[in-house]
Amino acid sequence: MADQQVVERPTEEQIIAPGYSFASVTDQIAAVVLTKHTPKFWFAAFSAALGLLFLFLLAVGQLLVYGVGVWGLRTPVFWGWAITNFVWWIGIGHAGTLISAILLLLNQRWRNSINRFAEAMTLFAVACAGMFPILHLGRPWLMYWLFPYPNTMGIEPNFRSPLVWDVFAVSTYATVSALFWFVGLIPDLATLRDRAKPRILKVAYGILSLGWRGSARHWSVYETASLLLAGLATPLVLSVHTVVSFDFTIGIVPGWHSTFFPPYFVAGAIYSGFAMVLALAIPLRQVYGLQGLITDKHLDNAAKVMMATGLIVGYSYIMEAFAAWYGGNTYEMAAIAHRMFGPYKVYYWILISCNVIAPNALWFKGIRRNSALLFVWSLIVLVGMWLERFVIIVSSLAQDNLPGSWRLFHATRWDVFTFLGTIGLFTFLFFLFIRALPMISIFEVRTLLPQSRVKEEVQG
Amino acid sequence: MSQIFHHTANYIAKMSLVLLAALLLFAGWVMDRGSRSDFVTRAEMVREQPVPFSHAHHVGGMGLDCRYCHTSVEKSSFANIPPTKICMNCHSQIWLTSPTLEPVRASFRDNTSIRWTRVHDLPDFVYFNHSIHVAKGVGCETCHGRVDKMALTWQQNSLQMEWCLNCHRNPERYVRPREFITTMGYQPAGDQEEIGRKLVAEYHIQNPRTLTSCNTCHR
Repeated sequence: MADQQVVERPTEEQIIAPGYSFASVTDQIAAVVLTKHTPKFWFAAFSAALGLLFLFLLAVGQLLVYGVGVWGLRTPVFWGWAITNFVWWIGIGHAGTLISAILLLLNQRWRNSINRFAEAMTLFAVACAGMFPILHLGRPWLMYWLFPYPNTMGIEPNFRSPLVWDVFAVSTYATVSALFWFVGLIPDLATLRDRAKPRILKVAYGILSLGWRGSARHWSVYETASLLLAGLATPLVLSVHTVVSFDFTIGIVPGWHSTFFPPYFVAGAIYSGFAMVLALAIPLRQVYGLQGLITDKHLDNAAKVMMATGLIVGYSYIMEAFAAWYGGNTYEMAAIAHRMFGPYKVYYWILISCNVIAPNALWFKGIRRNSALLFVWSLIVLVGMWLERFVIIVSSLAQDNLPGSWRLFHATRWDVFTFLGTIGLFTFLFFLFIRALPMISIFEVRTLLPQSRVKEEVQG
Repeated sequence: MSQIFHHTANYIAKMSLVLLAALLLFAGWVMDRGSRSDFVTRAEMVREQPVPFSHAHHVGGMGLDCRYCHTSVEKSSFANIPPTKICMNCHSQIWLTSPTLEPVRASFRDNTSIRWTRVHDLPDFVYFNHSIHVAKGVGCETCHGRVDKMALTWQQNSLQMEWCLNCHRNPERYVRPREFITTMGYQPAGDQEEIGRKLVAEYHIQNPRTLTSCNTCHR
């Protein structure tokens, strides 16, 4: 016991600034929500997001009226930006689940300060991701056909298709993430209910907090539920992106048909997800003055995870080329050669710079501890990971097994508008979240305080 | 601090969960029933026609064979809406002055078609062929119902895909010997499944896997 304390103490001091008390933690986090004075930058960011959201509605309207041809989808590239964006967004979500579920089970206490907004990020990223396969359907209003329900056609979806597995993977992921997020919010909602002054807020937070009184029985049930949900969410971190990678690997398109795609995609997902966590955490803690709660240690840890997964992704690129050469399949080799030296070589080498070369800078503590540089690095990674999916999808499809049908993909402005639009949707939801709900888990951060250590007698 | 909620709030919160589940189940049931209802499929609904033609009179009463008018049903994908000349085979002799039949006589005089309202209208993405069904022992009655009892014509069945698949999955439950194709009120001489299995073999009806392949009907 004594040995453990010696090991634990230094890290604890770094994941929460000294001088916080139970009350000041609650005060600082709750004040962001309960203040009557919404900060100016909030309005600025929110209106920018709202503008992009309207752009999204315009792009979707155009799509619904004129069909998927408004995007640059032409034979043989029918996946284009839509599926690129889908994989990019769903990958981003994975970091939130990793932080909230896997790091909880691994007892990584530093997660307590970032899990709330990371989970919100997951939810909103999944919402954006889910848009794309549905909009891409051609007749999006018939999307319920994807589910096996007793229909008048007397048929079921084709369960041998990985696209149907996607439906279940993503909808399960969205459900479990939403439940986990909400259950984790309940004690904090009760705190807000007790602190809110206007009656309407009391009632609203009161309904959402489901009658939480903080009794020992409540906490016991809460801890059980939270552990069970973490157990449910943990396999999802690995399974969802594995299923997403099956969309490619099950197809016999050269450059897709590989067994190492699942681990490669999962690593890429966590890589881009941590980049998004950093891209959100760094400006947020700056503008709300939360450096004491989201410390440099958090950024350092997240950057380390980002670098580790980035190295796995880099290794995967090498293996991809190696497997194509070692497999001796002409088409596979041609696909890789097209990627590296063909019409998409610019995108390929930019993505290699972003995903393989750039993360190596994170070996240096100086960069990991410099939040402005780290913010730039996270954006580089986000760009790199988007390009990775674009190159995998488009370069393989544009030059597939049939040279007669080869054609390059050219994105239209509606491709761009739809993508920017989902960034708007994400930002819109995220800013609503930080205004209406505590973006950092109050009660979990309180457990990080040295005062929360209860002296227990060592048994036997 | 005063209580925000009345003491019944817990009860209401719990009951709202039950209610929500019940509401969702009910909505599902309504949509399921609704999508199969006659209101949606337009089955059992008499369509207005330029002349109130009675199959009950011509088939049930006079005993005309279906193929007297629907001449191409054995040879073509389309069963054929009879031309006015077929009507005039008889109606140049009988009911000469009936005002009801004036549109028929007018059509004959002016050499213009009568614009009948289509009763059985399959979607354009379905490839349907009458001749193959007739050749393989699917009776008129099996799909069109007791036409000999319809004073005005209506669609007997839903024409929904699950209805097509009933037979494509289990043809032995529905096929009949070719000599009874146009028989109304056909009764199998024995066990339908047993006779059906024999006919399926005899008429070389394809296995359900082929019959339910997407491109059997969606070409």
